[in-house]
Amino acid sequence: MNKLTVSPSPHVHSGDSVKKNMYGVIIALMPALLASLWFFGVGALVVTLTSVAACLLFEFLIQKYLLNRAPSILDGSAIITGLLLAFNLPSNLPIALIIIGAAVSIGIGKMAFGGLGNNPFNPALVGRVFLLISFPVQMTSWPLPIASRMSYVDALTGATPLAVLKEGVKSGQSMAELTEKIPSSINLFLGNMGGSLGEVAAIALIIGLAYMLIRRIITWHIPVSVIATVLIFTGILHLVDPQQYVSPLFHLLTGGLLLGAIFMATDYVTSPMSHPGMIVFGVGIGVITVLIRVFGAYPEGVSFAILIMNAFTPLINKYIKPKAFGEVAKPVKA
Amino acid sequence: MLKTFSIGGIHPAENKLSAQNPIATLDLPAQAIVMLAQHIGAPAEPVVQKGDIVKTGQLIAKASGFVSANIHAPVSGTIEKIDDVADASGYKRKAIFIKTDGDEWLETIDRTPDLKKEISLSPAEIIQRIADAGIVGMGGATFPTHIKLAPPPGKKCDILIINGVECEPYLTADHRVMLEKGDEIMVGIAILMKALSVNKAIIGIENNKPDAIAHLNKMAQAYQGISIMPLKVQYPQGGEKQLIDACIGRQVPSGKLPIEVGAVVQNIGTALAIYEAVQKNKPLIERVITVTGKSVSTPGNYLARIGTPMLSLIEASGGLPVDTGKIIGGGPMMGKALTSIDIPVTKGSSGLLIMPDREATRQPMQNCIRCAKCVSACPMGLEPYLLMVLSQKGIWDRAEEEKVMDCIECGSCSFTCPSQRPLLDHIRLGKNKVGQIMRSRTK
Amino acid sequence: MSVVMITIATLVVLGATAAVILYAAAQKFKVYEDPRIDQVEAVLPAANCGGCGFPGCRAFAEALVKADDISTLLCPVGGAAVMAQAAGILGKEAAATAPMVAVVRCNGNCDVRPKTNNYDGASSCAIAASLYGGDTGCSFGCLGLGDCVDACQFDAMYMDEKTGLPVIIEDKCVACGACVKACPKIIIQLRKKGPKSRRIFVSCVNKDKGGVARKACEVACIGCGKCEKVCPHGAITITNNLAYIDDEKCKLCRKCVEVCPTNAIHEINFPPRKEKTTEEKTEEAPAN
Repeated sequence: MNKLTVSPSPHVHSGDSVKKNMYGVIIALMPALLASLWFFGVGALVVTLTSVAACLLFEFLIQKYLLNRAPSILDGSAIITGLLLAFNLPSNLPIALIIIGAAVSIGIGKMAFGGLGNNPFNPALVGRVFLLISFPVQMTSWPLPIASRMSYVDALTGATPLAVLKEGVKSGQSMAELTEKIPSSINLFLGNMGGSLGEVAAIALIIGLAYMLIRRIITWHIPVSVIATVLIFTGILHLVDPQQYVSPLFHLLTGGLLLGAIFMATDYVTSPMSHPGMIVFGVGIGVITVLIRVFGAYPEGVSFAILIMNAFTPLINKYIKPKAFGEVAKPVKA
Repeated sequence: MLKTFSIGGIHPAENKLSAQNPIATLDLPAQAIVMLAQHIGAPAEPVVQKGDIVKTGQLIAKASGFVSANIHAPVSGTIEKIDDVADASGYKRKAIFIKTDGDEWLETIDRTPDLKKEISLSPAEIIQRIADAGIVGMGGATFPTHIKLAPPPGKKCDILIINGVECEPYLTADHRVMLEKGDEIMVGIAILMKALSVNKAIIGIENNKPDAIAHLNKMAQAYQGISIMPLKVQYPQGGEKQLIDACIGRQVPSGKLPIEVGAVVQNIGTALAIYEAVQKNKPLIERVITVTGKSVSTPGNYLARIGTPMLSLIEASGGLPVDTGKIIGGGPMMGKALTSIDIPVTKGSSGLLIMPDREATRQPMQNCIRCAKCVSACPMGLEPYLLMVLSQKGIWDRAEEEKVMDCIECGSCSFTCPSQRPLLDHIRLGKNKVGQIMRSRTK
Repeated sequence: MSVVMITIATLVVLGATAAVILYAAAQKFKVYEDPRIDQVEAVLPAANCGGCGFPGCRAFAEALVKADDISTLLCPVGGAAVMAQAAGILGKEAAATAPMVAVVRCNGNCDVRPKTNNYDGASSCAIAASLYGGDTGCSFGCLGLGDCVDACQFDAMYMDEKTGLPVIIEDKCVACGACVKACPKIIIQLRKKGPKSRRIFVSCVNKDKGGVARKACEVACIGCGKCEKVCPHGAITITNNLAYIDDEKCKLCRKCVEVCPTNAIHEINFPPRKEKTTEEKTEEAPAN
């Protein structure tokens, strides 16, 4: 007989693994990737492949040569970072910039803190915001959907609906005038608008959300609280003055809100651990997003909102605890 | 919508391989090794000596101290020696060795199979009889039952909950007992109700045992105040606090006993033992135990005498598979891995689970990715990832604040963790340390 | 120009105000500290190991200054020399203490103590010990997961991969006692370092009966009592089948080492014996 193995209980495991979760997210990102290929064609393909490959390469190099660890690039997390970074970029971004973004994402956003599990900020967003601040021109020239399918850097560009709106409100145009300039709701829902390549197709992102919820990769708390907060906040503004403030549905479908709420805010590492904490986190993201969009200088605020709330995550974890068993004990009948 | 407990929980693969196999009575062992510490609390004090002749059911060791239990001879024969024997953990413990020469029972024990329904004893007499018979919680906790039946002054019990959940995967002993000993269980429950002077009892059974639910439902009609509550399958529903929450929606406060919310929980097996002790005067000398595992050729449920070597149970189930990597006393979630098979059946042995090599070892641990799945799974609303870190770093005061003592060691966190982190290993250590610190503070 | 002037003026005023406030606060909240605390702290080793029983060297210095009688206090790292210095500053008497060193009282390596189980839990002796007796037949012996090495702040210990036992690097060990506390099996003990670092101890803590202990481990103390009988100084006692050598009474005559049938008694740093058993004995003493 073999020597018996002795270990503390439990002696069985769910079979869940980091890889399964990571690849689950990757599968959930596929509908959005297909939509981006449909709308932005070659550009989307080049940007996505470059970003993913660069993220994998940097992760491998840093793990192997800087940290002297066994590289674990196939755990899927670098692929997700690469995909999410690409989804947050315009499809005509020069390759060099994508590589810089990937280097910042993986090098500064993730590995500098000790790798998977230790980074305080969402790595893809760190890279994206770095690029946005460093290269504002390239980062805000958006290729037109469908029209520029077959071209990469020299694509025809236009503004995103949110930018059109922001400029318009600033220059005093009425909401009725502006509504004609921005795409219809159905086009917004399908993704037929200018924007980062992964953020445009609401329907594809929602399919991804459904998949992740069914597979129990994430819980509903963060996406629902982000979306609900944005809807309620912009809804109140819209009710107060429909001429000044656009409808909540428009806010929901534009500017990467869904991408952020579903894929970026729910990043395991940088989001809170308890369900009440997740809701606080989501509400915070929603509020900050609307504040930036409506009152701030940038037309778009999801990335910043998520990064700001990432910074609050340790605080939320410290003070907002899950509901403990027995806290609401009913009094005993005498 | 079936009821279940309100926080966390997981659903491991059930693997109830032996659910359809009736309880078989195991042959008497040639030598019975009766451990003196089979229960929580002080080990029993031997009252026999080497060379004494004992009859089946005769008292051989007496409870010593308040939390302790009597132990009786499981066979008739000669006391060979009182000596050290390695227990399931490999530590040497005192045990009484009896050389079996037959099965001659004490005359006071009623061995007829007839069901005796009338309860003639008073509540105090019932509790005394239970203490005399050495009955302990048969679900695995092995807490002496008579203490649980005497609520502390000022506390009143208004409901009895019977645990027929058997939420541990693989185990089927309670399931079979419910199917085969329904009448005896009902009388046992009636006895418990009388002892506690309550008029309501609920038997909680998970919905994966529809035959037991139907069977007991039929039986319960003849008894006043006993009802069956089918529950949604969810681990760890068999935990005392979870079961109370599931059945009557009351949550036991942190650090308190179930009596705080007016409930007493007893296991199905305990109810049967109580029937036999009170109505038949038979002490706790045998129990039903499941022998199971995917590699076991004939998994089954056996009625075995206390002190029977585990090896004879395995042999009755077709022998030890060659690829055995791990043997677990109890279920896979909370059971204890045995260091050897040369240990005897005790009052708390609910199952013997044999795992092949490939399932025996854990996967390598990875970084915590802070996915919060352990937090979602924890039935006590704790944060296992945090407790593990606090315990690793020895920050005991913080661990106490984070309610490490509320942990019921169900293992849901370790089970769920995608990074295969040994959360419960560390939390359990933290519980030990914090417990020591708290005890030294009250001294 | 005026902008520059205003800026400079504002900053100067701000700075001055802050300086006044800080000075006032420093005066008002000044805490008197015995200057001897700093002096004593300066002579302490600054290891902050906690071996003295106080949280860090500063706290120990405070305790030394405060205590009337410091003979019960000891800095294990600095030893008698440092204590004498500290006592000099304070004008108090330090107790004369012999230098100590940690010893590992288990010699059950993989060859002599066969494994009976595989441990597969979290890699920590404390966790393994709370789970079960150990992965060998001996439920007293070293678990080999290295909690003691993790606890050592002085790099004075390492796990010997061949034997699976911890080894103490004598020159680095300061006898702070961290490993003693970390070991759940209470195997490590602080003993007198002895003259020329020579010492003799029983390298076993097994309390099982002789036969049981011997079966689990070839080098276990079986409590046979031969050493107790042969010891001319009455330094050896046997309780619960286990011999113990009192380092206060032991005169290092090595008679017990010779008679021990299982080689459980170890002699350290002795010169090799002249005749017959030379080979055997040098092999037995650990390399350090």
